[in-house]
Amino acid sequence: MIGRDEPAPAPTSDGQLIQIDHLVKTYLLGEVEVHALRGVTLGIRRGEFVAIMGASGSGKSTFMNILGCLDKPTKGTYILDGIDVSRLTRDELAHIRNSKLGFVFQGFNLLSRTSAIENVELPLLYGTSSIRDREERAVKALNMVGLGDRVHHYPNQLSGGQQQRVAIARALVNDPSIVLADEPTGNLDSRTSVEVMGIFQELNEKGITIILVTHEPDIAQFAKRHIIFRDGRIKSDRINSSPKLAAEVISELPAVDQEEPV
Amino acid sequence: MKILNILISAFRALQRNKMRSFLTMLGIIIGVAAVIAMLAIGQGAQYSVEQQISSLGTNVLIVYPGSQNTGGIKGGAGTNTTLTEDDCIAIQRECPAVGLISPGTRAGGQIIAGNMNWATGIEGTGSDYLEIRKWGIEYGDFYTDADIKAAAKVCVLGKTVADALFPDGSPVGQTVRIRNVPCKVLGVLTKKGQNAMGQDQDDVVLAPWTTVKRRLTWFPYLRQILVSATSPGNIPVAQTQITELLRMRHKIAPYDADDFSIRNQADLANAATATTQILTILLASIASVSLLVGGIGIMNIMLVSVTERTREIGIRMSVGARSRDILMQFLIEALVLSLLGGITGILLGVGGSGAISSLAKWPTIITFFSILLSFGFSIAIGIFFGFYPARKAAMLNPIDALRYE
Ligand SMILES: Nc1ncnc2c1ncn2[C@@H]1O[C@H](COP(=O)(O)OP(=O)(O)O)[C@@H](O)[C@H]1O
Ligand SMILES: [Mg+2]
Repeated sequence: MIGRDEPAPAPTSDGQLIQIDHLVKTYLLGEVEVHALRGVTLGIRRGEFVAIMGASGSGKSTFMNILGCLDKPTKGTYILDGIDVSRLTRDELAHIRNSKLGFVFQGFNLLSRTSAIENVELPLLYGTSSIRDREERAVKALNMVGLGDRVHHYPNQLSGGQQQRVAIARALVNDPSIVLADEPTGNLDSRTSVEVMGIFQELNEKGITIILVTHEPDIAQFAKRHIIFRDGRIKSDRINSSPKLAAEVISELPAVDQEEPV
Repeated sequence: MKILNILISAFRALQRNKMRSFLTMLGIIIGVAAVIAMLAIGQGAQYSVEQQISSLGTNVLIVYPGSQNTGGIKGGAGTNTTLTEDDCIAIQRECPAVGLISPGTRAGGQIIAGNMNWATGIEGTGSDYLEIRKWGIEYGDFYTDADIKAAAKVCVLGKTVADALFPDGSPVGQTVRIRNVPCKVLGVLTKKGQNAMGQDQDDVVLAPWTTVKRRLTWFPYLRQILVSATSPGNIPVAQTQITELLRMRHKIAPYDADDFSIRNQADLANAATATTQILTILLASIASVSLLVGGIGIMNIMLVSVTERTREIGIRMSVGARSRDILMQFLIEALVLSLLGGITGILLGVGGSGAISSLAKWPTIITFFSILLSFGFSIAIGIFFGFYPARKAAMLNPIDALRYE
């Protein structure tokens, strides 16, 4: 079965936020079957900060997309907060994405020619909140990621790190229980990366479960648990007993010029 | 997602591509403007036809020899020899709903005045003809009962004939030769213009019916009897009385068909308005083809837009947009395009119709109905042609849309 050389929390069904059992994802490229996930079993508890690592093509993104209810597994079960996600309809999945999940992508995925606040408000448009409520929450989320002074800027007026923070604010605005981030620092320089990790750590402090994909060991050091994928399987899964604190790392970094909008 | 939010984001999306949005709308604008203008022209024509018909006199009945079938008057030999002067006298005497009456004969021929000549129709009438037809004499006089009794060699010229034969002077008192019969011109009729069928009603010469019968055609029967009912409401009564009288006089057995037919102006009016209605519908249908083309333009641009914005769709789905949210978003964009186009088109059509009527002197009428129709049409086109692209967007898989390059 799954090779596991270090002790990790056993995937028992109780107390788990995410319960994954023998998850398989096979893509069909014409005649060729691509086995992206070959049977992944995993449990994640509320409040964890998980880093998923592994070589390119090992199935990390595929796994994240299924976790995020953006894609459906070929086989296996996925129970999220007690709900069997594999049985849900498109609309029910959309509702789960809207209310429980927040996404942060490597490429930011902001709507262009749309201001920061409008990007952050986007998830609220598909919920039930009023205009006034929306604005308030969006501003609050932007403040939280330190962009309170860039509310009406457009993506092309923001640096990469600032764009990613807008994306994080958008992921936060609906008070999700899980934030999923697929290589969120992949397009950022190292200092900005640490800053973004700092935000994730802050969120995690507040009880939000963070699941993050990265191929940089430096970045993974900020997470509390490391899962390594290889060829569509979990190669190792272990607790990081001494995660680094982003705030401390930043204070040790040599001072650089403050980022300015492009 | 609330409709207001969708509307706002639809306007934003269209604003981002102003030129493209405008060009897309242009199809609808032109289509709607064309429909409005064509309907306005058609309905204007209809109105002027109705005006002309009612100017003929609404309580006029015409009795023709020969039986009537559904298509109109049956022609053919033998059928036009049933109406006589005695019928006329009897109708005048025995039908109380009949007011005035004028026997009618007809001849075609060459009219010569000096070295001028003109081919036209010669109508033989009674002395009440002008009153029945609500026609007047521009100058000169009309012939009298005495002229009719005497089959006097006199005539009255229609305006067109008078202008053609006497371009420089008054024809009154002059002599014209109708088929070599010299006739004195008593007067000239007022201009009446074209009739509902587009014929020039002033291209005519009127003469006592007895003159036409005895000096020109030697045809002993009447071609028609023109009758006015005592009031417009009495038309059906007069029609019944004349029918009964003539059946009796012509000794027609109870189940045999009439050997004459009676038509009233209402029938004529109906026939004429039916024609102009067909014209209106035809014009509007041709114009709506361009509306259809405009709709296809919308569909085309919406399809392009869905493809271009696949990533946006993916992002929206990833934060919780349901299929129907995406569907509504694109449908409303298409609808906004077609509605803005429709409203602009209505304004343009109304303005254009005004220009047509003032420049081309063509009567145009814009009805509330035609505006409503175009408005409804553009909504329908927005929904119809917007639906397919919108559905295509809504059916995208979230992850495929997100990964789209
Ligand atoms: N949409 C797809 N269609 C076909 N194959 C895919 C698709 N997405 C991913 N794959 C394949 O699945 C495997 C895992 O991909 P991915 O999950 O993106 O890996 P990672 O994120 O770890 O680099 C790869 O071999 C990749 O080529
Ligand atoms: Mg990946």
